[in-house]
Amino acid sequence: MILKRPFFWLILVISGLFVYLPLRGHDVPLREDLVLVAIAIILASNLNLMIGYTGYVNFGHIVFYGLGGYIGFYLTSERGWNLALAALAAGVAVSLFALLFGLGILRLRGAYFALATIGILEAVRAFVANFNPWGRSTGMYLSFEAYKVLGGAQRALWTDYYFIIFVMALSLILSLRIKISKFGLGLFAIRENEDAAAVLGVNTTVYKAVVYSVSAFLPAVAGVLMFYKNGMIDPFVAFEFMLSLEGIVMLMLGGQGSVTGAALGAGMYERLRSTLLTSPKLSDFHLVIAGGLLLIVVLFAPGGLIGWLYRLVPRSQKVIE
Amino acid sequence: MSGIFASMLDGLLIGSIYGLAAMGLSLIWGVMNVINLTHGAMIALGMFGTYLLYSALTTSPYLLLLPIIGGGLILGIVVYWIAIHWVIGRPMLMSLLSTFAINMMIIGTGTALWSTSPYNVNFSLPGLTIGEYTFTGNHIAAASAAVVIALALQLFLSKTRPGKAIRAVTDNREAAELMGISSTTVLALAFGMGIALAAASGALVSTLFPFTILSGAVYQLKSFVVTVLAGLGKPFGALVAGMLLGLLEGVVTPFIAVSWIPLIEFALFVVVLVAFPKGIFGKAAS
Repeated sequence: MILKRPFFWLILVISGLFVYLPLRGHDVPLREDLVLVAIAIILASNLNLMIGYTGYVNFGHIVFYGLGGYIGFYLTSERGWNLALAALAAGVAVSLFALLFGLGILRLRGAYFALATIGILEAVRAFVANFNPWGRSTGMYLSFEAYKVLGGAQRALWTDYYFIIFVMALSLILSLRIKISKFGLGLFAIRENEDAAAVLGVNTTVYKAVVYSVSAFLPAVAGVLMFYKNGMIDPFVAFEFMLSLEGIVMLMLGGQGSVTGAALGAGMYERLRSTLLTSPKLSDFHLVIAGGLLLIVVLFAPGGLIGWLYRLVPRSQKVIE
Repeated sequence: MSGIFASMLDGLLIGSIYGLAAMGLSLIWGVMNVINLTHGAMIALGMFGTYLLYSALTTSPYLLLLPIIGGGLILGIVVYWIAIHWVIGRPMLMSLLSTFAINMMIIGTGTALWSTSPYNVNFSLPGLTIGEYTFTGNHIAAASAAVVIALALQLFLSKTRPGKAIRAVTDNREAAELMGISSTTVLALAFGMGIALAAASGALVSTLFPFTILSGAVYQLKSFVVTVLAGLGKPFGALVAGMLLGLLEGVVTPFIAVSWIPLIEFALFVVVLVAFPKGIFGKAAS
């Protein structure tokens, strides 16, 4: 029962704070900081379903976010759809796309799968960069009409922010729900030993394809909301390989396989990156520092922050999922 | 009609450089089961190394290949001891991440030093004219150098003792150790050589096109495609597959917009991975 888990209520409290804090003083700069953190948390927790739960390294996770963004952008701006409806439609479409591709490439294991995900990301990016209705490599700008539906740009951005926090809460709840389900147990079995899992009756093909597809849904919705907020989209921001890899860095930092780990790693990395990028002295070196941090985690603390906490206080596993 | 022929020949020349870069990736993969994500950064370092040496010495950049290869070898061995040695035998994700971490650090430092604006090596050899088409001398020289280096590698692997040790470790690390081969030395050497090949291919590219610190990423992706076409862990196959990829680019260039080429390449990449995981030249069983 998910309601009996203290962690479930913790998610609600934290999401509540995300809404309350910027709203209290109508603090737009704070909202803009938090929205980046929320997006990072959404991407990292859904990536965690693949890497942390199932043990499949997805290098091209950002393709879901970018594709969702494009579909949503097209629907809201060119077709005049309602934002929530467009987000839902984009989520469903991208999930179906993932299911289709997942059935193909999930026959591959280990490094071969990781390489195939890079191939898909690059192929989709190349396609979108040549696709006429989506503005090819110059991308698209949001028509101002799309904001009017939600009561003008200012109000639309606040509404959009609440949607994003809602999706963040859903991502965390989804991670928790899968973790305590039989489905999640099957995924963990695949992670530990796929052949043994298959022998014991886990339908590995279906499990893998479903989790790949599920991990695509909320990032696609987040893509719609984020690019609606930004008001512009192009293939290079939508399908940035670096962002895909940074998602993996976030997971490692916090601790893969743990719901809190993914969220914590995402939050910390995002804040670190923003601080480094805005500091005049260190902005050139933000990649060096992030890379060094990643190397230290990989070599000395492969469990990440949460792995370290679990070792230090074993009882914490009961509360911090 | 001869236009296509010229375009194909040009593709073949460029393809030999893709092949050279992919050989390094393939060598490292074959020996230690590591997908080297520093490859793009090392290719970029090869470009900038050539640029800096050429600015200082103004000799032919093709002579500068020797110090570039030497430097790449040393850098590769250093990186092996920092980031690779400790993750050998651990899950795949760990070596992917440790090489990616090194990649971030090199790209970050490079961006700080040289920004992301383009540089070029201002050197050109006299071209060769066949009929109405002229092949620039640099293309021919770079492709020849790539083939020579590839042959040298092949000779090294098949004739010398360290080369044979590398092949033995590729085939079966435990058995090689039982025969008295120090596998750690071999892994470090193989990684160094893989990086040297990346740097050399970067050096060759720098004589053909302008480049930035981020340019290596394109060639890293092409190396992935080539390596997968050849079958992971088959260095010499990589050279042939590289030329094939170049040829493919040459064949389609006159007919479609250049911007479609990545789509074709990566779609091919995914299809080959799924349909022939051992590469199109790969043997069925192992």
